[in-house]
Amino acid sequence: MASKVLYSLRDPVPKKRDDFEDILEERRNSSDLRYALKCYTPAVYRNLLPCKASMLKTLVLQSESLRYVINQVSVESGEAPEVVREEASQVLEEMAHRLQLSTVRFFAFTLSKAFKALYRSVRVNEEGIQRLQQAIQEHPVVLLPSHRSYMDFLMMSYVLFTYDLALPVIAAGMDFMSMKFVGEMLRMSGAFFIRRSFGGDKLYWAVFSEYVKTMLRNGYAPVEFFLEGTRSRTAKSLTPKTGLLNIVMEPFFKGEVFDVNLVPVSISYERILEESLYARELLGVPKPKESTSGLLKARRILSEDFGTMHVYFGTPVSLRSLAQGHISRSQYNLVPRHIPQKPAVDTQAFVNDVAFHLVRLQEENMVLKPWALISTLLLQNPDGMELSALTQQADWLRRLALSFGAFLDWPDGERCSKVISSSLTIHRNLACVSGGRVRLVVAEASGAELSAEEAEFNRAVSVLSCASYRNQTLHVFVRPALLAVAMHTANSNRRDEVYNCFNVLRNIFSNEFILCPGASVQDFEEACYLLVKCGAVQELQQEVVMSSSGQMTLSFLCSLMEPFLQGYQVVCRYLREDTQEDLPEKNFVPGVRNFALQLILAGSLRCHEALSSDLQKNALAALIRLKAVRKVKTGDQVMLKVNKMAVNSLEDTLGGKIPTQKPVLARL
Amino acid sequence: MASNTDVSERQRSAQQRLRIIAGHLQKREENEHTALSAQECKAETSKSNAAKVPKRRQEVMKWNGWGYSDSRFFFNKKGQAEFTGKRYRLSGLILPSLKDWFEGTFGANLQHKTPATASLNVSAVPPPNLNEVFVEELKAAGVALSTDPEDRVFRSHGHCLHEIFALREGRIGRIPDLVVWPSCHDDVVKIVELACKHSVCLIPYGGGTSVSSALECPPEETRSIVSVDTSQMNRILWIDEKNLTAHVEAGIIGQDLERQLNESGYCTGHEPDSMEFSSLGGWVATRASGMKKNIYGNIEDLVVHIKMVTPRGVIEKSCQGPRMSTGPDIHHFIMGSEGTLGVVTEVTMKIRPVPEYQKYGSIVFPNFQQGVACLREVAKQRCAPASIRLMDNEQFQFGHALKPQVSSIFTSFLDGLKKFYITKFKGFDPHHLCVATLLFEGDREKVLQHEKQVYDIAAKFGGLAAGEDNGQRGYMLTFVIAYLRDLGMDYYVIGESFETSVPWDRVLDLCRNVKERIVRECKERGVQFPPLSTCRVTQTYDAGACVYFYFAFNYRGLSDPIHVYEQVEHAAREEILANAGSLSHHHGVGKLRKEWMRETVSSVGLGMLKSVKDYLDPNNIFGNRNLL
Ligand SMILES: Cc1cc2nc3c(=O)[nH]c(=O)nc-3n(C[C@H](O)[C@H](O)[C@H](O)COP(=O)(O)OP(=O)(O)OC[C@H]3O[C@@H](n4cnc5c(N)ncnc54)[C@H](O)[C@@H]3O)c2cc1C
Repeated sequence: MASKVLYSLRDPVPKKRDDFEDILEERRNSSDLRYALKCYTPAVYRNLLPCKASMLKTLVLQSESLRYVINQVSVESGEAPEVVREEASQVLEEMAHRLQLSTVRFFAFTLSKAFKALYRSVRVNEEGIQRLQQAIQEHPVVLLPSHRSYMDFLMMSYVLFTYDLALPVIAAGMDFMSMKFVGEMLRMSGAFFIRRSFGGDKLYWAVFSEYVKTMLRNGYAPVEFFLEGTRSRTAKSLTPKTGLLNIVMEPFFKGEVFDVNLVPVSISYERILEESLYARELLGVPKPKESTSGLLKARRILSEDFGTMHVYFGTPVSLRSLAQGHISRSQYNLVPRHIPQKPAVDTQAFVNDVAFHLVRLQEENMVLKPWALISTLLLQNPDGMELSALTQQADWLRRLALSFGAFLDWPDGERCSKVISSSLTIHRNLACVSGGRVRLVVAEASGAELSAEEAEFNRAVSVLSCASYRNQTLHVFVRPALLAVAMHTANSNRRDEVYNCFNVLRNIFSNEFILCPGASVQDFEEACYLLVKCGAVQELQQEVVMSSSGQMTLSFLCSLMEPFLQGYQVVCRYLREDTQEDLPEKNFVPGVRNFALQLILAGSLRCHEALSSDLQKNALAALIRLKAVRKVKTGDQVMLKVNKMAVNSLEDTLGGKIPTQKPVLARL
Repeated sequence: MASNTDVSERQRSAQQRLRIIAGHLQKREENEHTALSAQECKAETSKSNAAKVPKRRQEVMKWNGWGYSDSRFFFNKKGQAEFTGKRYRLSGLILPSLKDWFEGTFGANLQHKTPATASLNVSAVPPPNLNEVFVEELKAAGVALSTDPEDRVFRSHGHCLHEIFALREGRIGRIPDLVVWPSCHDDVVKIVELACKHSVCLIPYGGGTSVSSALECPPEETRSIVSVDTSQMNRILWIDEKNLTAHVEAGIIGQDLERQLNESGYCTGHEPDSMEFSSLGGWVATRASGMKKNIYGNIEDLVVHIKMVTPRGVIEKSCQGPRMSTGPDIHHFIMGSEGTLGVVTEVTMKIRPVPEYQKYGSIVFPNFQQGVACLREVAKQRCAPASIRLMDNEQFQFGHALKPQVSSIFTSFLDGLKKFYITKFKGFDPHHLCVATLLFEGDREKVLQHEKQVYDIAAKFGGLAAGEDNGQRGYMLTFVIAYLRDLGMDYYVIGESFETSVPWDRVLDLCRNVKERIVRECKERGVQFPPLSTCRVTQTYDAGACVYFYFAFNYRGLSDPIHVYEQVEHAAREEILANAGSLSHHHGVGKLRKEWMRETVSSVGLGMLKSVKDYLDPNNIFGNRNLL
């Protein structure tokens, strides 16, 4: 229910966006030291209750809500309250940040050097900064940056310091703490650390949520966290996590603050530092444990060119306005507010809707470089393309993307061929031109012959690296693309049938792409709107038909979905053919990877993206959601119980046999 | 035995009378210097047996504003505010800082006037829709009545902003067709019988101070509407000194009741801010609350017995036992019935000896949070004085704007050395500090002890005693503040107050959120200048507090100011409810707030109330459509 209203407020093609300023320009012309030591006096929240970081801990430990949980835990566990309290205090110790201006200054200095080495420019929308400055004074602020790289939160704090804005406290994963020194440095620059999983640990949850809420309520500092929970290895936005969002909303629900400003921030990279690392990780090469020495090795990276970075501070979203008409705050009238209450079902739905809404706002302001379009085209032509054809198609795609509302950073007035060649220069490790053809670069053997498997693996690294740039465009194309596929598979042009197919596909891929739950009709309408707008489709009375000039667009869009359709089919096939009824969950990814590799080696599959563990996991999540697979805990093993019939029918659906269903079109 | 008791009883009451007389003397003595009793703060009627509320109220009271016709604020030629008349301590005084405060707070300008229509245009008053037979039979029964337009208009409204605003513009809506003045219980019985017989709509009218649209005539009412003005039922029928009760006709006005009881050495102690004009029946019908409820209780604590005439007959209990376990208390169907079930005609009320000693006080806190924490502690220790009120910073500033030119009792602690002490030495920020005003009552010794206890608590919360004068001034202003709205309305400023009750732990959040909501809503609705949005905590209870909001803004540039005003008030109420506040602490529901009744008392609760209404008044004779 809620999503409808949140969602229908959106205009699929956003209005004008802000301009950018390069913050490195000044760094290149004046002293970094002086900059790092500049007078820093940020505007603060008008109702700020001034308090030191150390005082925060006391506030949290003495809070009524924590005292309540400590007593509860003590009664349940039989431990003395003092013991539980001590435990809470240790949790807090492990978690708490120790924000210090001196450390921030140190980072400001060193990062200036690093950023200048890495990036040509770091471009920030200053209007966004101004809005943020306003917002910080008005109400507690939650900063919600997209998460594609370790750089993200260093960059966030750097930008805020640069503009004399209040420095945030940042929720970070515990994994950083394995890097002792770096971890402590980050702590002193405002990071606080949360364990990755603390499922049923009531005490941990209580300490953690009270800590965050205390900072928020008192206006201590903007609270920053990543809605996506973790870095996206694929450059696609991840399905948002709602735990922390729930926590930061609670003070508003319970009337402890008048409003909370939620500020989506879109951080776009022309080239991601972790590019090939991610691809390898997706292919199952174990992720190097974050370690200080590992990060130091990254020094090599400093000599490379990572192009331009964009940081776009979105318009602050008032939680109060979002909640208007959806949340009845009076539901908290009857129980003391310090007693933890599980959020009501409609509250949960609301938080979830808002989370999606915010991720879409992040996506909307992600800046696309020409390379994102070029890599999209290259992936659709695995054998390479004539440079001239690429040039022509890139220009065409540029126009399509713009008409769909993409935020494209395409150099003004420059010839397309020039744009392409400069993109290829930055991404020379991924693509090259030889003999007038452009193709992906695949690592080749130096010396000894590669096994067939190794060769395919190398190819997959290239494809997945490249795909991470294509994926940057997906939020622009995904809805029209699903419609294109639906039109292709539907038995007729009838609007209700097309919608049906669209809905089925959308449902299957809702773990893969950001598709707001319950917004199927709106997505369909948005897709139709965009395709009609670009002239690919005509909406007749009860029909949605391709227009005479629509072929190119629709087939491009279908191809865009192809890796996903194929990848999911491979997963289905694997579950259907290669497994018993019961499959230990931990065997799933290696199993399906191997299965796909064999298909590739046998020449019957050309889709290397099927090797991506991200895709495989998303597919599994979808199958579980659609009840084709069940997760069962037996002992300490998690087993997957496969319903082969259901899997089979899904596979058919993906292969283009959409089951006929009663149209569910009341609202169309 | 019996005679023994009698003797000791007689002795006791004789001693008591002595004590009271002594108390009076003592007080008089003190008056020379500083003290001023609460009774004297409101308008003083010189002769104790003075005329009560006349039938033609418009002869002493404003027909389109608050209070006595002779008392009002205005800006004189020099641009200084003055308060006219002789009734109040402030009467005849000049308030030099009011203009600056007024212009600064509202962005108002004395050049921009919005005067009210001078007098009622009788021809604009719709002719009465009379039920002739009913009128004839009433006359035959000897009940006083009138169809005079002024009489009818006067009883067509309470004191909500929209009601007064419309009158000032000369707009008259649906008004009563007839006004009747019963002079006793039996008259009311006759009136109700005839109304049932002839299908006439009755609306009880007490003091007319309603602030919930309770007195407004439903425009859709097609029957003849009769306003039952209870003002002539104003006698104290007996005083029972053994049980300390008084049996009183329900039309008596608060100040008359207190004054008459005082003459016998007693008081009820029930002092709503409207007590100069509101009636006992009105209090019962709205569940009123008085300033000194900490000692005397609210109306529900004060009432021992009620008689009410309903279309079904007369409802009353058979005895005056101080507490009963006889099923749900039928008094609680009557209290808060807002004129929907019948007319309250007689009430037995508790009385107390007039207190020997009264003392005012005030405390200044560094900020509102500290102040609330202190009040909470006072409530926890159950040592609240007769009255304790905490004003926020804006109200504190406002209080200063009302400082008259010359008068020793009006000097403020922010003057001279004290200002220096508080702001510089104690580090109080004049933009954050806030003030609590206190009133202690009882015997002298106990009051002094009590006072010390409260000041000791205050000190723990950073509170500094700020003198008796400030406290006294605060309470005195209570009765004149209501006159200020009329001044505002002369210059494009409209405002209103509203209240709620809320658990202690939500007080601060509620105050902040509601004040902010008001500011924000005004902005969104095109109000050009930030509104005055301020609050005070006016009562403390074991489990929570009563919070009172004032809200006013400059409406220049708005095409429909009243609509904007109503939207903002509506939003503020929603905010209150979202922050665990109640729909009303004492103003009642009327028609203004009835849209929230279901959510407030649940559907089943509403059904219960409806079924009572259906039983007592199946034909909706008491058709003011309040509450349900
Ligand atoms: C400046 C100001 C200050 C106020 N301060 C307070 C305060 O401190 N505390 C407080 O509680 N309220 C306060 N009020 C609100 C108002 O004074 C109370 O609601 C009061 O109880 C109303 O009494 P009334 O006699 O004026 O009743 P009216 O306004 O005449 O009537 C109010 C309602 O009661 C019904 N009614 C009146 N008399 C009878 C009767 N005899 N039998 C049956 N129904 C009857 C009417 O039909 C109507 O529905 C204030 C109002 C103003 C304008």
